Order: sequence, then C-alpha cells, then structure tokens
Amino acid sequence: MSNTPPAPDNELPDTHYLNATYGSGIRSWLLTTDHKRIALLYLASVTVFFFIGGVLATMIRIHLLTPTGALVTPETYNKLFTMHGVAMIFFFLIPSIPAVLGNFLIPLMIGAKDLAFPKVNLLSWYIYILGGSFVLYSFGTGGLDTGWTFYTPLSSVYSNSAVTPAVIGIFINGFSSILTGLNFIVTIHTMRAPGMTWFRLPLFAWAHYATSLVMILGTPVVAITLLLVGLERIFHLGFFNPALGGDPILFQHLFWFYSHPAVYIMILPAMGVVSEIIPTFARKPIFGYAFIAGSSIAIAVIGFLVWAHHMFVTGESTYAALTFSFLSYLVAIPSAVKVFNWTSTLYKGSISWDPPMIYALGFIGLFVIGGLTGLFLACLGLDIHIHDTYFVVAHFHYIMVGGAVMGYVGGLHFWWPKITGRLYPESLSRAAAVVLFIGFNLTFFPQFILGYLGMPRRYHTYPPEFQVLNVLSTAGASILALGYLLPMLYLTWSMRYGKVAGQNPWPATGLEWKTDSPPPTENFHVTPEVTWEPYDYQNRPDLGLAAGAKPLAPAHGDD
Amino acid sequence: MQSQLPFYPEQASNFAPQVDALMLFITAICVFFAAAITVVIVIFFFKFHRKQPNAVGIAFHGDSRLEAAWIIVPLILAMAMFGWGAVVYVDYRHTPQDTLDVYVIAKQWMWKAQQPNGIKEINELHVPVGRNVRLVLASEDVIHDFFVPAFRVKMDVVPGHYNTMWFRPTKPGRYHFFCSQYCGTNHALMAGWVTVMEPTDYAAWLSGSSGGNANPVVAGEKLFAEKACITCHVPDGTGRSPSLNGVYGAQVLLADGSTVTADDAYIRESILQPNAKIVARYLPLMPSFQGQLTEEQIFALTAYIKSLQSQPIPAKGAGIAPPTGNK
Repeated sequence: MSNTPPAPDNELPDTHYLNATYGSGIRSWLLTTDHKRIALLYLASVTVFFFIGGVLATMIRIHLLTPTGALVTPETYNKLFTMHGVAMIFFFLIPSIPAVLGNFLIPLMIGAKDLAFPKVNLLSWYIYILGGSFVLYSFGTGGLDTGWTFYTPLSSVYSNSAVTPAVIGIFINGFSSILTGLNFIVTIHTMRAPGMTWFRLPLFAWAHYATSLVMILGTPVVAITLLLVGLERIFHLGFFNPALGGDPILFQHLFWFYSHPAVYIMILPAMGVVSEIIPTFARKPIFGYAFIAGSSIAIAVIGFLVWAHHMFVTGESTYAALTFSFLSYLVAIPSAVKVFNWTSTLYKGSISWDPPMIYALGFIGLFVIGGLTGLFLACLGLDIHIHDTYFVVAHFHYIMVGGAVMGYVGGLHFWWPKITGRLYPESLSRAAAVVLFIGFNLTFFPQFILGYLGMPRRYHTYPPEFQVLNVLSTAGASILALGYLLPMLYLTWSMRYGKVAGQNPWPATGLEWKTDSPPPTENFHVTPEVTWEPYDYQNRPDLGLAAGAKPLAPAHGDD
Repeated sequence: MQSQLPFYPEQASNFAPQVDALMLFITAICVFFAAAITVVIVIFFFKFHRKQPNAVGIAFHGDSRLEAAWIIVPLILAMAMFGWGAVVYVDYRHTPQDTLDVYVIAKQWMWKAQQPNGIKEINELHVPVGRNVRLVLASEDVIHDFFVPAFRVKMDVVPGHYNTMWFRPTKPGRYHFFCSQYCGTNHALMAGWVTVMEPTDYAAWLSGSSGGNANPVVAGEKLFAEKACITCHVPDGTGRSPSLNGVYGAQVLLADGSTVTADDAYIRESILQPNAKIVARYLPLMPSFQGQLTEEQIFALTAYIKSLQSQPIPAKGAGIAPPTGNK
C-alpha cells in the first residue's frame, strides 16, 4: 500500500470483537448478539450457498457445450438451473451485501454500539439457517425442477419434484429478510451518533435504508404467494390451478410484485458500496450526494410499480402493458443519475489503483451494460421477440452478477482490513478483479446475441446453429470461476498471514475507520461525534494527507 | 433456418423489420452512452491517477444544471424508446379483420395445430405467405409459449385462457418455432417448424392432406348433440336457452344490462363457466363442462357455433343485443 495512514500499527489491538472476553469458542459465536460476529456468521453461510450455486452453474455451462447436451438428462438439467437460481437469489444475492456488509458496517458507520435489536439480528440468522435447511433438504430429496420463478400450475400441480419443502424454506427465509430490514431502519432512525445528520450519512447507509423498505414491504407478498403454492400442492386448493377455478396469471402478479423489487434488494446495496469506494479512492467528495441518496429512494419506490413488465406476452391488457413499460423506463433514470455522478466524481480526483477501486469501476462497466439492456426489455415491441430468451438471461446476470456480486466482492476488499484487521496481496487481488471482469463479459455477452437469434432460456438441448456462442460462453465461465476462486483463496490466506492494516489503511473518511481494526466489541472506545461533511478530504487533518495544503491544482483554478 | 448475418435471425414476417429497426435504434443510443461512459472513465482513470501518496482530489460537490441535464436527456430518449415500442406492440396486440384462423393446442410436450378445414398437424404449422394469420392458443396443462424467432413474435399459451397472436408471413421457407415458457422436463423438445408457402402451394397442400371426418364443424355438431346442448339451445329460439344462430361475432345482451362480443373466449367461458355471464331474460340453468371437454373439443364446438353464423336468427330467443342507434 503506497498510501499509508499516519502511524500504521504493526500489531492488531489487544482485544477486539474476534477475541473479546467472552471467548472465541463455538458457543460464543452461536449465541453472540454482536452485529459484527453475526455478519461473519452470514458471511460463512452465504459463501456456502454461493459455492453450491456456483457448482450448479458450472455443470450447466459444461452441459451446454454441445447441442444435444453433454452432461446430464433433461430432468437433471432442469433441476440444475432451478436449484442454481434458488440458491443464488434467495440464499446468496439477497442476503449477501445487507446481511454481511450491512450488518457489520451500519452501526459502525453511524457511530452506534450495535443494531437496535441485537437479539432479533441473531434470530434472523437462525431463521435464514432454518429456511436454508428446508431448501437443502428439497435439493437433496428429489431436487427442484420448477425454475426459480415457480410458475403455476407447473409448480403447484404438475411438477414431481420436492417443491413443498422448497417453498416452505423460502417462506421461512423471508422473515430473516424482513427482520434485517426492520433492524436497519430502526437503527438508522434512532441510533446515529451526535452530529451524524441524515445528510451526513454515508451513501451506503442510504442505500440500505432504501433496501430495507423494499425488504419489509415486498417480502411478505412473495412469502405468502409461495405458501399458497404449497397449499395448492398439498390440499388441492384452487388458487392458481385453472382446473379448480384458479388463475395461473395471478401467481405471476403476486410473484413479481416482490421479485422485481427483489432485484433492487440485490443492486441497491451494491450501489451503496460503489458510492463509498469511488470517493475514497478518488479522495474527494462524491459528486451530487443528494441526488445519489435520493435516487436510491426513487428506485425503491418506483421499483414497486414495474412488476408486470415480466408479463408483456402473457396476454395482459394492452393498457396494462403500456403503463408498466412507461414506468419501467422511469425507473431507469435514477440508475443513470448514479452512474453519471460516479463518473463525475472521478474528475480531478486523486485516483488510486487499489483493488477496491478496480472492482468498483468494473461494477460500473458491467452495470452500465446490464442497465442499458434493460431498456431493450422494457420496450414493448422488442420484448415480444426477446422475452424468455437468452437475452433476458444475459441481462439479469449483468445486473445481479456483474453488478451485485462485483459490488459485494469489491466491498469485501474495501472493508476486509476493518473486518479482519489485515491486508491481502494487492497485485494478486487487482489481477483477480481484471480476470473477473473479462471472464464475466466472455460468459454473458454472447448470450445477448444468442437471445436475439432466438434461443429460448431453460433449454437442455438447442439447434446446432447456436453452438459457437454457447461454447464461447462456457469458455468465459471457466475464466469467471477463476476470478471467484482467487479472492476466496487469498482472502482466507490473509486472515492469518496478511499484513496488519491499522485503523485506516486507505485512508477513508467514514466513522468506521475511526476505530480499531478489527473493532472492539462495543465498536468505539468513546462515542464519536461527527463534525465533518461526508467524504470530505479538505478539512480532515486527522487523515494525515496533504489536505487543504496543496492539492493537485488550485481549487479555483483553470475551470 | 439460420441467416447468413450473424446477429439476426431471418426476417420472415411483417413484424420482423419493425422489431429489427427498433433494436437498431435502441442499440445505437445504448452503444453511444456505454462508449461515452467507458471512454470518460478510462481517461479519468489514467489522467487523474494519484501522483503523490498524500495527494487529495479537488472537491466539487455537484452541479444542479448537470444533474438536470442528465435527468432530462435520458428521459427524453427513454420516452422515444417507449413510444416506438408501444406503436409496434399495439399493432401486434390488435388483430386485423379477415384473418386466417389456426387453432393451436399446447400440451406437455407437443404442439397441435388445426387448420380452418380441420387438417391437424403436430409440431408443424403450414401458412400461406402474404396472408394475415391469427393463432388461437390454448393449453391442456401448464403455461407454454409459441415463439417464432424469424417472425419476431411470441405469445404465452395459458391454461384456462385463450390468447391470440397474429403475423403476416412475408417470405416462403421453413422456420423454427419454440416453446419459450419453461413447461417441465422436455420443454426444449417442444419445438417445430413453420412452413410458409405460396398461396397456391398452400391450397394444394390443404386439399392434398386428408382433412376427412376431422372437419371441426362436423365434429362440433356431433358433440353438440352428444352433450345434449341441443335440448336447450333450440335453433328457433323456443328452448330454455338462447338460440345460437348468428351469435358468433355478435353482441350479446347480459342480465346485468351490459353487452359482450361473442368471440372464441366468450364461447369458451360460457361452456366451462356458464354462470359467469348470463344472457338477459334467461335463467342460470346450464351445467359447467369444466373438465369434461378437451381443448380440442371446445375448439370443435366453437367452430360449429361459428358455422351457425349464416343460419336465420329467430325474432325471439336469440340473446343477441338489439342494434344500438349508432350502429
């Protein structure tokens, strides 16, 4: 690290949350109410699901190497992509940034000792584990072949796989999400340190506030909807089955009412991560703070009003389609605002090439492609061709993997020194970010073309003219896998062998960097008081930089 | 049928050029923005790379004129995309008059199509070039989706509903169609070919294939008697239920005073859920045939009722709404 803080410590603090007085045995972890330890419990468990989902994805890509399918039977293939989706979306992507980074950081960022309801926080992890166990039970006893979307009446009547335990698991897991959201909202409202006004909140906290609104308002709907699927399977109640007077389209309305906003549960926190990384590594205030904060809220609100854009070809009324297409274009605007503001923040910055910055810029590149291709799908006339093709698969992977996962991995790199007190190998991690970026594009860009050529999604076999692009995609996936394995390895390595980081290695302006690394159990030795504006490097002599004295050029210079 | 152009499937319907033009328009705008953002980031990344370890950046907190610009300009472009897309979609959802109607039934995992003269095909669909074709789509089980990439159109096939889609083939040839809504184990095998033929070839094909006793009107008439529909729906209007002569396509007056067009979907609903819409002056006597008829039989009954269009409409007992002043 070329940019060192004032006095880097060479050793970790004597006591911190990892070795605090109540010990480090298994009981001290399973009964902890410390938000930082709970964050690490989540880190371990979401990593398990990411690994399961990743193995399934690898098998999917190997299978699609040949037009007739290289690896498995049609039944198994359908289970692979269904379980991949369920594991990744409900048990990795949705909890990843909020439950790991959000849990760890929000109290630290606002100067609080813990979340508002520490026991509820631990409860939410147990609920996650219980829900996850049901889903793993479903995977292990017959698997799941409905698609992660559980469309009826396939899921509620026709599927012979273990649908019931899976929907029960997702129902249970929903409460974990709801409790986490509730905890964040109450914490941000009531536990800010003196001087931490709303407009001094880190944008990461704003993003999580918006995310929490979606979690609380949306999750109950999907939980109940999937419960209805379970009830229809077990008791043959006619909610969605037309033979019993139900309506299969009703399911889609209820499902997407949550599952579209769920995309914002995945991407908003990643945007929050990027909004922290960019000003830190450009060493200047973020451009348009209020617009970035406001756009998070706008995305959360408008995001609730676009769900039926998943249903343009179900036969829904033309007027409904027009309304939902219009609103879908509106929700694109706040995302564009964020990208423009991040880019402007770089202008005349003092830009370092530290690994988190590489991840953040990679996020912007992939998110721009993911976001812009959303404009194609929101377009009514175009959607009648590309709906349910690989174009959609490519689009949502750019948002959820290119966006959300890139943000998550970038955030882990940014706050890893705070979480563990140690640094990781810098050049290796910079290289891993580049490998991830290249591998990702090679995997998913060909799928846009496949989609426009007309290859439908969820096909275990395909016409031979689609093979070249599928082989390219699989080749990219192997590079992508390397891009994920590398950080898993060196981050694990660094926990024991990494260089000691000190309080504020980058240095960054947030409150979380004003305490030890790793922080003490009570987070701060004395309650901090905030007297500075967010991301302000000019008036922070405590950071030990050339602030105020002589920046790159005169502040009121040639422009 | 794979086009030589790498990024496009063949253009073989009236919608294909429209959808492709839309695609090019949106792609052009998006490539411009993606390239602009990328170039700017790359330039800043190198130009403003930190020179001294202690250096900080120059603070700019924002600029409301810039914010306004990058809200308003994307909004205008987005509205252009929305508007153009809406025009194409409204055209697609508004079926023109005088179409060639083909009934298509989806079931796990095959497609059955029935030509107007009763010829049935499995995983094949023959249509004439230059003629507006309407597909009436029904599912026997789960949701499917009829998708012809070369035509750039698709529509879900939803159990319990009729969906319709239309297109005008513009180029003879054989084109893939797919099921594009995941429907279970052999979803990927639920595909086939659309054959677009010159009208004369199509006529020859129709007469050459044996329609025979599969004629849907004949089959429907037989069902109409077998299921005892005839005992109440007496043609001269004297029965307990309205005569069906001339009802297809007409306005029907309902008990609540509203009217409804007697189209395929209405007839289907009236067979399966007779009490959903009761004709004015009649009692809800009819039993439901839910679960007792296959989609194919419902098509046959509909075809028979359609064939009654030319029969004399009785003065009383027809259920057809009196003509309104402006019509």
